[in-house]
Amino acid sequence: MGNTKLIVTPAPHIRSGDSTPAIMRDVVIALLPAAISAVYFFGAQAAVSMVCSVAGAVGAEYIFEKIAKKPVTIGDWSAAVTGLLIAMVLPPHVPVWIPVIAGFFAIGVVKLLFGGLGHNVFNPALAGRAFAIAAWPALTTSGYLWPASAEGAIWAVRGFDAMSTATPLTLWKMGEIGGASMSKFYQSLFVGNVAGSLGETSALALLIGAVYLLCRGRISLRIPLSYILTVAVITGLYGQDPLFHVLSGGLILGAFFMATDYVTSPMNPKGQIIFGIGCGILTALIRMFGGYPEGVCYSILLMNAAVPLIDRLTRPKRFGEVTSRA
Amino acid sequence: MPKGSFRGGVHPPENKERTATLRTVVARRPSQVAIALHQGSNCPLTPTVAKGDYVRMGQKVADTDEKWGVPAHSPVSGKVVSIGLVRTASGVEDQAIFIEPDGEDALDESCVPVDNVFSRSPEEIIRIIRDAGIVGMGGAEFPTHIKLSLPPGANVDTLLLNGAECEPCLTADHRLMVERPRDIIRGAQIMMRAIGVSRTLIGIEDNKPDAIRAMGDAASSAAGVEVVAVKTRYPQGSEKHLIKSVLGREVPPGGLPFTVGVVVSNVGTCAAVSNRFDRGLPLIERIVTVTGSAVAKPANLVAKIGTSASDLIEECGGFVGQPGKIVFGGPMMGMAVSSVDVPIGKGTSGILVMSREESEDLKEMPCIKCGQCVDACPMRLEPVFLHQWSNAGLWDEAEAYHAMDCIECGVCTYVCPSRRNLVQAIKRAKFEISARRRAAKERGSK
Repeated sequence: MGNTKLIVTPAPHIRSGDSTPAIMRDVVIALLPAAISAVYFFGAQAAVSMVCSVAGAVGAEYIFEKIAKKPVTIGDWSAAVTGLLIAMVLPPHVPVWIPVIAGFFAIGVVKLLFGGLGHNVFNPALAGRAFAIAAWPALTTSGYLWPASAEGAIWAVRGFDAMSTATPLTLWKMGEIGGASMSKFYQSLFVGNVAGSLGETSALALLIGAVYLLCRGRISLRIPLSYILTVAVITGLYGQDPLFHVLSGGLILGAFFMATDYVTSPMNPKGQIIFGIGCGILTALIRMFGGYPEGVCYSILLMNAAVPLIDRLTRPKRFGEVTSRA
Repeated sequence: MPKGSFRGGVHPPENKERTATLRTVVARRPSQVAIALHQGSNCPLTPTVAKGDYVRMGQKVADTDEKWGVPAHSPVSGKVVSIGLVRTASGVEDQAIFIEPDGEDALDESCVPVDNVFSRSPEEIIRIIRDAGIVGMGGAEFPTHIKLSLPPGANVDTLLLNGAECEPCLTADHRLMVERPRDIIRGAQIMMRAIGVSRTLIGIEDNKPDAIRAMGDAASSAAGVEVVAVKTRYPQGSEKHLIKSVLGREVPPGGLPFTVGVVVSNVGTCAAVSNRFDRGLPLIERIVTVTGSAVAKPANLVAKIGTSASDLIEECGGFVGQPGKIVFGGPMMGMAVSSVDVPIGKGTSGILVMSREESEDLKEMPCIKCGQCVDACPMRLEPVFLHQWSNAGLWDEAEAYHAMDCIECGVCTYVCPSRRNLVQAIKRAKFEISARRRAAKERGSK
C-alpha cells in the first residue's frame, strides 16, 4: 500500500455531470419540432437551407481554428446551434449559398473574432441574419413564401396572390389587416401555416421545444416571459391585438431561443427581467413606429450590447447584506 | 424560501447508504501514531516530551503559549520513537511526534472526570476545554475555547449544534447522533454554561430521521434543548447557512455567528467536551467514516488521532482495484492527500477512497456565462466574475466582488457545465487579498 500513486486535485472531488455540449445538444433537440414544421410547411428546401447554414457555421469554426492552430471545438455543438438558428431566422426562399455565408459570418466574425465561445458580445445567429439582410436586402421582399396549405380566404387580403411574399406582420404594417381583435388569424399563426422566416412561424412547435428547455432547466421563464408580456402590453395599450403580435413574426423564437442565449444575456435574475423588458419595448416600438414590420432581431442585438452594463447594475445582494438579526 | 433552508446550494448524490446504518467500530490499535505539531489554528506546538520518553494515554505531548493554540495529547501509551517530519493532509511536510503504542493503553493520571461542573465558572470550563485540546471537529479545527470566549458586550441567546453533516458520503456525525445522543447533549449543556445561554437548538438534515429521533428523545429530558430538522441541501452544515435555516438570521459580511446572537458547535465537538468532563479524556480519538467505491468494506471507525490513512483503509479490507484519490473529509470540501501515510487529525471526519475513473481530471472548457454558479452560490456571490478577476490577477476587482465572503464550499465548481475550477481561483484571490491586507497593516504600523 505504501507506494500507491495518488492523484491530487483541489476540491470539490465530484461534479454535477452536466456539460456544455449537453446543454447545446438540448437546444438542438428543442429546435427539432420547429425544424420539422419548417420542412412540413415550406418543403424540402427548408431542410437544404438548414443543412447549408449548419455546414457554414461548423465549417467556419473548423477552418478558422485550424488556421489559428487552436483546438477544434466543433464537438461542443455550439456552432451547430448557431447554424441551425440562422436558417430558422432567414426567409425560406433563399439561394443555398446565403445560409452558408451567413453561418460562416456568424461564427467566423461574430464569434471567433471576439474570442470564441463565451466571448462574443452579440448573438451570432442574429448577427448572421442581420448581415445577410444587409447584404441582400431583396431577401426581405422576395424571400418569404406562404405555405402551399395556407388559406388565402382567412386572410381576405385584396389580391392575396400578389401579396404572396408578405408576412402577416408586413400585411399588418401595410394596413391590409389590423384592428383590436384579429382572432380569426390565431389558429394559422399558432400552427405556423403562414409566411415567415423558416423556423419562426409555428408557435406550437417552438413552444414544445421551449417546454423541453424549461423542463431540463436549461432556460428560465424570466427573459421569455418578460419579453413577450412587454410586447403584449405595449401593443395592447396602443389598441393593437396583443395576441396577434405575440404569435406573429419571430417573437416566440426570439424570446425562447435567442434572447435566452447564455453568453449574450444577463446573469442575474433581476438583470434577465430588465433585459426581457428592454427587448420587448424595442420590438414593440420597431413594429409600430419603425420602418420595418418586424424588430425582434435588432431588439435582441441592441440589448446584447447592454448586457455588461445590466450585469454591473444588477449584482446580487450578498448573504447577510440585506437582513441582519431577524 | 421555506424554513429550514437557504437560497442557493445543491443536492449532490448523498452516497451515505454505504455506512449510514453501520455501527461504529473501535479501530485496531495502530502500529504507530503521528501527532502533527501544526494543527488547524496555525499555531505551531512545542513538544513537551522528547525522543525515547514513555508517554501514557491522554498525556499532554505538545503545547503552546499562543492564545489560539491548543495542546496535543498522546492517544496511546507507549514510547516516543522520534520527532520529525510527516506529510500532512494539506500536502506539506510538518513536524510531528511519532509514538509507538505498547498495547497497554495505560491512562495518564491527569485524566480524571470533572466534578460539580455546573458550579464552576465559565472561565474555568473554557480553560478545561482548551487544556483538553478540543477544536471544532466538523473539519475546520477552529479552537473551541476561542469560540466560547465571547467578547464583552456580545449578546448571545442560542447555542446551535451542527448535526447537518451535509457532505456526501460522510456518516460520522450521523452515527454519533444515533449512538451517543446523551453525550452530545451533555456536552451542549456544559457549553451552555460556558457561554451563559439557556437555549440549545440542534440542526439536523432531514435525510437522517433516525438521528433526529435519537437526538429528540435525548433532548426531551434536557431543559431548553430542541431538535430542528432542516432541508437536506449542501452546504447546510456551513455555520452561516445553518443559522439562517434554523433561526432565520443572516450573519452580516465579515461577521461571526455571535454578531447575530449564536454560537455554533459541531455535535462531535460536544461529545468531545462530554468525554473530557465525564470520562476525563482529552481529545485523542474521533469517528472517521472510511468509505468510497475503491475501499472493500466501508465503515465508521473510532480511530486514534494520528493513525495513518493506510492503517484505517487496511482495516476496511484495503483497496478495490487501483485507487485514484484519497480524500480527507467529504467530496465537496475535503483535501486529496498525496500519500497513504498521512495521519488523521482532529477534524478528519472521513477518508474517501475514490476509484481511478472517479478521479479523472475534467478538462476546463470556455465559460458560456450560463449563470449556474451565480444561482447556486449560497453566499450570493458571482463566482464567474471572481474567477475572471482572479485569473487576471485583478485583486482589487476580486475584493470589490466580495471574494472574501466566499466560504469555499465548492458549489460553483460542482455545478459548472464547463468544468471550470471556480472555487480554486477564488481561494487564490482570497489568499492574495489577505496577504495584501497584512502587508498594508504592517506598513501602517511602522
